[in-house]
Amino acid sequence: MPAILDARGLCKRFGAVTAADEVSAAIEKDSVVGLIGTNGAGKTTFINMITGYLKPERGAIEYQGRDITALPPREITRLGICRSFQIPQLYGSLSVWDNMMVGIGIVLANARHGGFFAGGRIWDTRPVPGYGKPAAEVAEHILARFGLADYRHRNAQVLPGGVRKLLDIALTMVAKPRVLLLDEPTSGVSAQEKFAMMQMVLEAVRAEGVTVLFVEHDMEVVSRFAERVLAFYDGRIIADAAPQVALADPEVRRHVVGRTKAAHA
Amino acid sequence: MILLRAGLISFGQALYYCLGAYAAGALGRFLGIADIFVQMAAGALAAGIAAFILGFLLAKYRGIFFGLLSLALSMILYGLLVKNEALGSTDGFNILPSPLFHVRPGAAWVRYAVLAAAAVVSVGLALAVHRYLRTPLGRLAPAIKDNEIRVEYMGASARYAVHVMYVIAAVLAGVGGALAATTVGHIDPDMAFWTTSGEFIFITILAGTGSVVAPFAGALIYEIIHTTAYDLSPNTWQLSLGAALLAIIVFLPAGLWSLVSKMSTRYARHP
Repeated sequence: MPAILDARGLCKRFGAVTAADEVSAAIEKDSVVGLIGTNGAGKTTFINMITGYLKPERGAIEYQGRDITALPPREITRLGICRSFQIPQLYGSLSVWDNMMVGIGIVLANARHGGFFAGGRIWDTRPVPGYGKPAAEVAEHILARFGLADYRHRNAQVLPGGVRKLLDIALTMVAKPRVLLLDEPTSGVSAQEKFAMMQMVLEAVRAEGVTVLFVEHDMEVVSRFAERVLAFYDGRIIADAAPQVALADPEVRRHVVGRTKAAHA
Repeated sequence: MILLRAGLISFGQALYYCLGAYAAGALGRFLGIADIFVQMAAGALAAGIAAFILGFLLAKYRGIFFGLLSLALSMILYGLLVKNEALGSTDGFNILPSPLFHVRPGAAWVRYAVLAAAAVVSVGLALAVHRYLRTPLGRLAPAIKDNEIRVEYMGASARYAVHVMYVIAAVLAGVGGALAATTVGHIDPDMAFWTTSGEFIFITILAGTGSVVAPFAGALIYEIIHTTAYDLSPNTWQLSLGAALLAIIVFLPAGLWSLVSKMSTRYARHP
């Protein structure tokens, strides 16, 4: 399987702290990759570098053969790499529906369907790129996929935590990404709901043919849903293998999982 | 209203209001062009060009920095006009009654003709703004106010969007200034003074940003409060304005238009 995303020799320091030390990883198309590691190990720095929030001091990132190392987040998003956040980043004063419409409006404007000044008919007539359907149908489709249809009129800032997480991920889907980076998608969600939520999210995004990288601290979630694991420690990738192999790796057990959890996993 | 929807409070919108007025006035004073529509176009153009240039600087800033920088720019214009003898210094200058498409109405009708032209332009611009609110850019404004990081991560440039909104707001203020100049018949540097910007902010907070009708209603209510308070108490009328603003902020933080929005939502649920 060809690599859709290729990070080579990424380095990033924050003062005396090395957040990325020669990090290299080729991500295969249509794969589901779990990123594990303790807090400060470099997982989120890796995501931030791929999505353009941080510029690596050394190294390069290629997406579908194109160098995206120096691009800002909005251009990386336009190319097809989207991300969700550990703390959901929503438009709090808007309803769930309007959150979706803001995103769809950006996609339509970027597709040059009249740009940012396109009139009211744009919402009713123009097909949203990647979906081939008008805005309202796309919003309905995505909200239904993520089980959010009943919340459409609710204000985003009053949604329960798990629903906010789902909306945060659903918003990424309006841009029809090819690669999706999920930063702790189940954090703050109860243990009982984690698996069902992860199942729903992966079914929704995989149905659209999206390659997924997700940061996760729960090793049961990782071993169940990831096809491959990248284990981070001290700014380095210390294991890159299938979940069973990576979680059994002595270095991963010592620095990331802990012996008890490793045995459980 | 356009800027406030994006969370940007411009303490210097009077800059473009005054530029529009002086562009309109200068056209008549120095070039002899007094047609009201040409003057309004000149006001819009002058304000738009100035905002386009200054927007490269201002679109980088948010919050108090945006507010104070815009205030500083308007006060620079005020200072320049006060020192400029050719433009009447602190006294400003008068503008001749305007013809409409080369037709000069009789003396008894000129005031009504100018007001009618002003009304037509205002309604036309209000319809344009109403349409703008439904465009992707119009919908993006509250998103920028709520979460600019998310806007960037969804593929839009918040700075570009703010720059465009800034120019639109300036063009509208420029036309407003030209309209005020032609309807009042006089312009002076006070049009760029910070209290003029304060009036615009007062009206927007009073009315809210929920609809294009809101600023018109807000301006009307502001003038009613202003006139009544001045009539009743010429020395302390500012106290009444302050009390009205305080009441709005405490009881209706989204402005008077939020009452209309609530009623229409309730009606939609229980017709």
